[in-house]
Amino acid sequence: MVLLHRFQMDGRRLVLDVASGALHVVDETAWFLLDRMEEGLAVADAVREARAAGFPGAGAREAAAEIEDLAGRGQLWSPDPAGPDYMPPVRPLRALCLHLAHDCNLRCAYCFAGQGRYRGSRSLMSFEVGKQAIDYLLAASGSYNQVEIDFFGGEPLLNFAVLRRLVRYGRERETVTGKRINFTVTTNGVLLDETTGAFLDGERLGVVLSLDGRPEVHDAVRRTAAGAGSYALAAPRVSRFAVGRDNWNCYARGTYTRYNTDFCRDFEHLAGLGFAAVSLEPVVAGPAEPYALGEGDYPALAREYERLARLLAGGAYPGVRFFHFDLRLDDGPCLSRRVSGCGAGTEYLAVDPAGDLYPCHQFVGRAAFRMGNVAAGVARPELAERFRASHALAKAACARCWARYFCSGGCHANNLAATGDMREPGALYCLLVRKRIECGLFLRAQTASRRVAAG
Amino acid sequence: MGKHIATVAGGTLASTREAHRACEGCQTSCQSACKTSCTVGNQVCPQEEEKKPRA
Repeated sequence: MVLLHRFQMDGRRLVLDVASGALHVVDETAWFLLDRMEEGLAVADAVREARAAGFPGAGAREAAAEIEDLAGRGQLWSPDPAGPDYMPPVRPLRALCLHLAHDCNLRCAYCFAGQGRYRGSRSLMSFEVGKQAIDYLLAASGSYNQVEIDFFGGEPLLNFAVLRRLVRYGRERETVTGKRINFTVTTNGVLLDETTGAFLDGERLGVVLSLDGRPEVHDAVRRTAAGAGSYALAAPRVSRFAVGRDNWNCYARGTYTRYNTDFCRDFEHLAGLGFAAVSLEPVVAGPAEPYALGEGDYPALAREYERLARLLAGGAYPGVRFFHFDLRLDDGPCLSRRVSGCGAGTEYLAVDPAGDLYPCHQFVGRAAFRMGNVAAGVARPELAERFRASHALAKAACARCWARYFCSGGCHANNLAATGDMREPGALYCLLVRKRIECGLFLRAQTASRRVAAG
Repeated sequence: MGKHIATVAGGTLASTREAHRACEGCQTSCQSACKTSCTVGNQVCPQEEEKKPRA
């Protein structure tokens, strides 16, 4: 099991203590010693080799003492807090993704939801089904005082009247139950106008806004039913909305494909539109699709993540977050959250327009993953247990990986799409996640003492 | 802060194995942990947030 991850970027030597999450910037002497000690040398032998390699003896002894001190304090080579037998605790349900619309006003080429239909016919969720879902969540969430409801699609604003009624119903139930409901909505923005926007602002809904970046990038894949690009329809609306609410609880969420491996420019474009939080994810697609990414694209993508990290480190976009670099080292999630990720299938379920339950939005429409119905609850606890047991430490490759406490073993649905096995992430996915975590750690290290920066 | 090693973050993970088992505050679901990112390390733990001194 990997206990240290060492890497260099732009002359900085960084060391992550995997099991504790401690991050250090080290100079050349300490780097040399750590390298030898990782190979199994005792401290004294490592110091001897350092002197033989030309490092001053006093400096090598000082660095060795610092290494031993950190190891003694559990910040280097600290033992893993969990082993292969670890199981995250059983937790009540606390989030539902409501598929308000199995329909969409766009026909994006890469849509995992089959342009909104999810392997079925186009349909909208009724208020009654949504109400049952809210009641089910509030009852199933046990002692939890706050729960989450995500409005999703297709395009959920196609069913705005029901969305509005459900939020109002939820607010009534908050008063009765004493629980708080955090609502969010994911939208392509085409129907975001003064009425919808004012409601989302007034009810304090979190909003994920789908926009891929530059007009030509966005329009290459995000098209209307008539085949026209949708940038001009969406971008002014989502930009105005985000800026109008001072970016409160609001993300621009884009997808990059083989068409824009220079996605850093799309980050810059989205930042230029006024977004303060940007997320750009690689497309999930079969290898035959012309826009699909392959392992051969990795070198270019890695350079792009590094370019973006340098831009942010240099202060080019003050106040703008790139979601995937924004790692929390001091106040991040606890162990069980880190290994179990999104909670799909256990703490989090998706509800289709008919009220059927699935482990998450990406599994909706797959009969093998239908878990029950909002009227009767989860009818297949063995499926929920399968998801709970599919945590990072239960995945052979992930349990050995240095990034295991940052990535949680990957998205269940993406793993299934890439390898046919929920417990086996795709190779490109792992490469990209590790690269962006390194970039996030590098960004954090920019705040460390410059004294050791040059080595 | 040593002469040869600068610690950027001290690491708190080991202490959370038991402490936050029943915590309900951090986000779950697609918008927070999947739709916006499969990365979980960028979520704030509300219990840790509570411990911070108020400005």
